[in-house]
Amino acid sequence: MTNSDQRSDEDAIDVQGGYSSGIAVIDPEDSFTDPGIEPHRPRKTDLFPEAEKRSARTVVAWMVLSAIGAVAAIVAYVVFPIDGHDISTVRPNNLFLGLGIALSLLALGIGAVHWARQLMVDEETIDIRHPQRGSEEAQAGALEVLDAANKESGFGRRTLIRRSLIGAAVLTPLPGIVMLRDLAPLATQGGDPAELLRHTMWTAGTRLTRDPDGTPIKASDVQIGSAVHVIPEGLTNETEDWLNKKAKAVVLVVRLEEEDLIEAEEKKSWSYHGIVAYSKICTHVGCPVALVEQHTHHLLCPCHQSTFDVADGAKVIFGPANRALPQLPIAVDDEGYLVAQSDFHEPVGPSFPERAL
Amino acid sequence: MTTTESAPAAAPRTFIGKASNYLEERSGISVAVKEFGRKVFPDHWSFMLGEVALYSFVVLVLSGTFLTLFFQPSMAEVEYHGSYAPLSGMHMSAAYASTLHISFEVRGGLLMRQVHHWAALMFVAAAGLHMLRIFFTGAFRKPRELNWVVGFTLFVLGMAAGFTGYSLPDDLLSGNGLRIIDGVLKAIPIVGTWLSFLMFGGEFPGSVIISRLYMAHIMLIPALIIAMIGLHLLMVVLHKHTQYPGPGRTNNNVVGYPLLPVYAGKAGGFFFIVFGVLVAIGSLVTINPIWAYGPYDPSPVSAGTQPDWYIGPVDGALRLVPPHIESVIFGWTFSWNILIPSLIFGIVLISVAIYPFVEAWVTGDRREHHVLDRPRNAPTRTAIGAALMTAYSVMWAAASGDLMATHFHVDVFLVTHVLQVLLFVGPVVAYFITKRICLGLQKKDREIVLHGIESGEIVRLASGEYVEVHKPIDEYERWRLVDFTSYAPIERTHPNADGKITFGSRMRAALSRWFYEDRISPVKPSELTSGHEQPESLPDN
Amino acid sequence: MKRTAKKTGRRSPLASVALLGIGLLFTGGAYVVVSQTANATSASASASASTASDLVDEGQKLFSANCATCHGTSLEGTGSGPSLVGVGAAAVSFQVGTGRMPMANQGAQAPAKAVQFTDEQISALAAYVAANGGGPEIPDESLLQGNGDAAHGAELFRTNCAMCHNVSGAGGALTEGKYAPALNTVTPQHIYEAMVTGPQNMPVFSDTNLTSTDKQDIITYLLYVRENASPGGIDLGNLGPVAEGLFLWIFGLGIIVAFTVWLASKSN
Repeated sequence: MTNSDQRSDEDAIDVQGGYSSGIAVIDPEDSFTDPGIEPHRPRKTDLFPEAEKRSARTVVAWMVLSAIGAVAAIVAYVVFPIDGHDISTVRPNNLFLGLGIALSLLALGIGAVHWARQLMVDEETIDIRHPQRGSEEAQAGALEVLDAANKESGFGRRTLIRRSLIGAAVLTPLPGIVMLRDLAPLATQGGDPAELLRHTMWTAGTRLTRDPDGTPIKASDVQIGSAVHVIPEGLTNETEDWLNKKAKAVVLVVRLEEEDLIEAEEKKSWSYHGIVAYSKICTHVGCPVALVEQHTHHLLCPCHQSTFDVADGAKVIFGPANRALPQLPIAVDDEGYLVAQSDFHEPVGPSFPERAL
Repeated sequence: MTTTESAPAAAPRTFIGKASNYLEERSGISVAVKEFGRKVFPDHWSFMLGEVALYSFVVLVLSGTFLTLFFQPSMAEVEYHGSYAPLSGMHMSAAYASTLHISFEVRGGLLMRQVHHWAALMFVAAAGLHMLRIFFTGAFRKPRELNWVVGFTLFVLGMAAGFTGYSLPDDLLSGNGLRIIDGVLKAIPIVGTWLSFLMFGGEFPGSVIISRLYMAHIMLIPALIIAMIGLHLLMVVLHKHTQYPGPGRTNNNVVGYPLLPVYAGKAGGFFFIVFGVLVAIGSLVTINPIWAYGPYDPSPVSAGTQPDWYIGPVDGALRLVPPHIESVIFGWTFSWNILIPSLIFGIVLISVAIYPFVEAWVTGDRREHHVLDRPRNAPTRTAIGAALMTAYSVMWAAASGDLMATHFHVDVFLVTHVLQVLLFVGPVVAYFITKRICLGLQKKDREIVLHGIESGEIVRLASGEYVEVHKPIDEYERWRLVDFTSYAPIERTHPNADGKITFGSRMRAALSRWFYEDRISPVKPSELTSGHEQPESLPDN
Repeated sequence: MKRTAKKTGRRSPLASVALLGIGLLFTGGAYVVVSQTANATSASASASASTASDLVDEGQKLFSANCATCHGTSLEGTGSGPSLVGVGAAAVSFQVGTGRMPMANQGAQAPAKAVQFTDEQISALAAYVAANGGGPEIPDESLLQGNGDAAHGAELFRTNCAMCHNVSGAGGALTEGKYAPALNTVTPQHIYEAMVTGPQNMPVFSDTNLTSTDKQDIITYLLYVRENASPGGIDLGNLGPVAEGLFLWIFGLGIIVAFTVWLASKSN
């Protein structure tokens, strides 16, 4: 590897093709020569007629098997019907219909490949490659065409036409883009998106009810160590946009020993005898955070493992989330049922750009 | 081949003759048959991986068409009264109810659903494996850089097709997946809220997302995929297939078997094999049992909520972020905990897409390359590939951190911490190990060329010394081991015409040193005849 | 051990064999001693254990011998075990009946393991604990038959249970090495008792939250899932997309790659 072999200059020209070989090390004087394609080694089927016959029979056998598979699939379709009242009839239908079709396809494929491998001529052949670049004439011809097009149209000469054309072409697609605006119709949603994200269905006095049955919850029903999945009263699948509303309003209620609760001064009145209510929507990307551990008070999100401490203001103790879960201030009404004191004091769910504005 | 004889004088007599004559007179098809009928394809198992992806796509189109005949892409609410008792009387979207109908009441419907879903996983997996083959053999080099980008686009489109399809049944699992997408969209600075509202037609989940995803899934994305596949195959035809180094294989030829008849048999048969395997899996193994997940409802969630494998690395990257990474700047919220992992995944993807151009710039090699590299003969590239694969795998593994925790009885927090470290350490370790292995293998190749293969036969010399007899290798085997391009790093940077050493040229010199400082060049005849130990350019010099 | 069992004539021979097996399994000598004492105590008492107060007395003896070290001599709890006042018979039946108690060693969570007491011994322990502070009772057989409303049960299960136990009851991870176990082999009675008592870190689902009918429905759903094999074929453990992805890469692509190798090889 002497320095003279080394072409570190970009403009060095390779002997073949006229392209730069860059920093490739090329030494035509001292390199092995290609011995050429190895001599063809005949197969058993080339040498022995009985082997060839056997292979041919094998191919036919595969084809017959494929036909059998196709028929078997149709038979399975009829013999293993699905009974609309008996779920256990789905499995045999799926299994035997599928195996029939699979057999039909696999046998056909294997037979064809077997034929190609064993019986078709297997002498290697050679194709010659040509450089991707077209010939000089072809390139010159192409240039001529473009030149003629330019001359005949005056595209290069008539600058004003050209510029106005480009200007028009840039503007023409814009209406199409503008029309995408109504992917999110303002009229039906009633206002600024960020504003919508700030409010939920909870208002002062809304009763906490069980998800999904909608039965109200008495404070005395919530034992220490229990976890109740909660929706606002009046939210049923008859409610307009109930999924949208539910997606913001779901709450998890747990009751801890009062002395276990660590509460910020301004949130002391938000709980009721150790009962606390937190939004169930993760502040990371919005999965329901519902895995509550009775003794450690951990609340874990199964999607990305963000972990919150229910005893300590649902603060993040592990995982990618940034903010504590929003707390729903609760109280008890005259009949002893749990009610919300107000809506959440901050937007629930994942962060969005306007969240802190 | 019958069509090539299209002389108007001799009227064909057989049916096939008449038919091909009919076609010929209306299309001149003989030109194409003559041009492409004997086109040569080299034989190697790794050249079939792209075909697996292509055939999976055909299976997807066929099974998907069947599914559209029964599926209702609507979020209109219906009450279920089908044959699956545990959902009886439940309120659900028409999309979910019709997916249940396909699964439980249409004969073969569940089979088609399962075949479709398995084929989707196969499509992206085969495309990924195909890309790895292309990368590690250097098949992306000139003139195939553009086709690499087209193939990369196909991989990304495959992910998009998969995700939109996964969401269509409107079940609990995919609904929570969409919820994550909503959260990720909202993290986009300034415009995030609006993007989310535009996508979902208002607040999440709204009532239009399924029909919009359906449009993307059965029209927009497949149309793009078909266009890209067309372009991809057109370029394969233009470039002719690459081939592994070997005797008689040069940059100016392609050695293999003709399209007609051998490859018609092999590749045609292989389509049925891939199809058959997918149907067999679909009939034996459950995939996405949507009936178990229930209809989408924003309140419930299942333990072990994960996306399909190809979205796994994105989900995994989100899981690896430590807490409290978010900031408010001028009142605007920036969720770095989502932006940074998205960015890391994006960087891995983009570096894959632009790699061919970087390597071409570093080597300055503008020649066409049709003979592949054995991975060991491009140690730095192979090591970079291994590092990227490691980063991808760590993110992928992170998406199943909770399952690893339960199955190996370890703390899920610990799993996360270990993967956080591995994300940065793993690729570096993989890089160095891979590079050392490649260089070691290259040295071994040199040994074999210079001294032959160890025969296992021990002889005692007259001097009393025991030596193992080395059998020399034949010239065909030797050619396989010596036919590769070796690059030397740029030792000095030269000033340009203005007498300046530009940043670009310094950068290029540095990169070339990184790539080729440790290199082992192929054995030369002079070394063989002189019988010396090869001494000149070993690594660590 | 076997001989004493025969003498009482009240335990099935299988139970004695199981007990023997357990004794052998726990090679740690301590456990052999524990179960032998327990057995001996039961043998002497069982002949006359016919009245409720006898049962409580029997339970107290068992408790002092096997549980009091951690839970205190009068169920008040110690540093290494919680108080058992008011946990009820259901808690004893669940914890002891699934082998979780007595614990083999202190850890993040007590795993289910081979049961170390006979049914009578468990009843005696349960009676003793229930007699000292009350608490949830062992559920009525009629609630455990799987004859409730599966659809309602499925809905409740998804809302209240699936986040930890997975929608198909395959289990899942909790924080710091804890986990929610798979439910596919748990008996209906133990499922009911777990809901009503909230063992370990599981929340309590008392009757004021999920009524006994609700619990019956949940059990009905779980039994439905257990009894009806997946219509699509092998269920891969109901673990979802991760299992599916692994299967596809290892078996699906593995088979296909094997085919490509065959297809591209030269035949001989």
